[in-house]
Amino acid sequence: MPAPHLLVHHRNDNVGVVVVEGLEPGTDMLCVVTADDSDFNLQVNAAVPIGHKVALVDLEPGDTVVKYGQDIGRVVQPVSRGEHVHVHNLKTKRW
Amino acid sequence: MTANRKIWGYRRENGRVGVRNYVAILPVDDISNAACEAVAAHIQGTLALPHAYGRLQFGEDLDLHFRTMIGTGANPNVAACIVIGIEPGWTQRIVEGIAATGKPVAGFWIEGNGDIATIAAASRKAKEFVHLTSGQVRVECDVTELWIAAKCGESDTTTGLASCPTVGNMYDKLIPGGIYGCFGETSELTGAEHLAAERAATPEVREKFMKTWKAYQDDVIEAHKTSDLSDSQPTKGNIAGGLTTIEEKALGNLEKIGKKVRFIDVLEPAEAPARGPGLYFMDTSSAAAECCTLQAAAGYVVHIFPTGQGNVIGNPIMPVIKVTGNPRTVRLMSEHVDVDVSGIVRREMTIDQAGDVLIESIVQTANGRLTAAEALGHREFVMTKLYRSA
Repeated sequence: MPAPHLLVHHRNDNVGVVVVEGLEPGTDMLCVVTADDSDFNLQVNAAVPIGHKVALVDLEPGDTVVKYGQDIGRVVQPVSRGEHVHVHNLKTKRW
Repeated sequence: MTANRKIWGYRRENGRVGVRNYVAILPVDDISNAACEAVAAHIQGTLALPHAYGRLQFGEDLDLHFRTMIGTGANPNVAACIVIGIEPGWTQRIVEGIAATGKPVAGFWIEGNGDIATIAAASRKAKEFVHLTSGQVRVECDVTELWIAAKCGESDTTTGLASCPTVGNMYDKLIPGGIYGCFGETSELTGAEHLAAERAATPEVREKFMKTWKAYQDDVIEAHKTSDLSDSQPTKGNIAGGLTTIEEKALGNLEKIGKKVRFIDVLEPAEAPARGPGLYFMDTSSAAAECCTLQAAAGYVVHIFPTGQGNVIGNPIMPVIKVTGNPRTVRLMSEHVDVDVSGIVRREMTIDQAGDVLIESIVQTANGRLTAAEALGHREFVMTKLYRSA
């Protein structure tokens, strides 16, 4: 298998992590779920930097972002599938 | 392949195995730093450990100060120790604490003597200790006799995908063989505290863990916060690396305790583990230098430091092995990287293979090979202080 563009920890996750540098907007990403080695493709809509997250589904404010199969915070701006998920649209539920 | 690996170490008077052979020059307090640094500048083969505290502390904070000072001098990577303080009372208390290990130790104080006479007397003794220890020959020991601590820093999302699971794989392989492990970072388990609690070996340990974690939330964060701690936890560096929330950071952090092992006790900061081989949780700051200093003071002799964005931390007495899974960090900061596991995110390397590579690096480091941080001169020695001095 060629090197993936995006890794997803868990089947239930709604975000994945970009693991390549210089990702171009519109790339049809090869995505791998590390828990079971399954793969799928997803088009990214921005130049998301290495290490940053991409939404796997459309998300609405108030939705929970799931990574590692766990709650990592709440959506505060609408997010579409293939969009960059970071501090502008995701906030902690703690503190 | 792992549990029967041999290393070349220093067998100390109390039976512990060290992997370095320092003559430490340890100040009791901030105002004795100059004398300690003068001795270390004069006598080659010695190492001064200057720090910021030690005056007018009291209560639990003073207990922690003594525990850190005594534990640092008692660490098996220290062959012999000179202690210098402003006055004899607290100086002697630290000397006696270190002497319980059986290693050579001597105390000197400045009041009534002045810096110059103190430096002269301490230099003479330090030279004697250098001759006593520098010819010591390493002996064959088992890798399972090592005490190996871990803490991650400048984390990013690759930390949870690659470098922390690599550390976890190492713990899953070595802890059943008999090593002592340690993780800490109380604040940075927030969001994964429920998963950490599940890894406690007994209900009693679980309760102790949750009490420790909650006390930090209530007494420190809730009492002092002015925001949701954005830019502090996660840090600016974490955010640049793609981590967004404390929950996400904590879940990656916890990957470093592996899949199988359970922690058998909850330690106070700098407290030496006392329940035998196994994994321990220590109540520590999540700041790298503070956490490493506390783990070294508890007796850990090797440290594994997974990093995403490239934390450059070292410790004066405990070699710190850097592990990264971020290909960009490998490209831009290779001089700081001891173990490159970026093959994991390219799916060229499994976590199991990465764990074996890390164990090989631990063996080499224990045998005397300098880590990146040692070669680059990183000697961050940072005391944890609980509250203002009297």
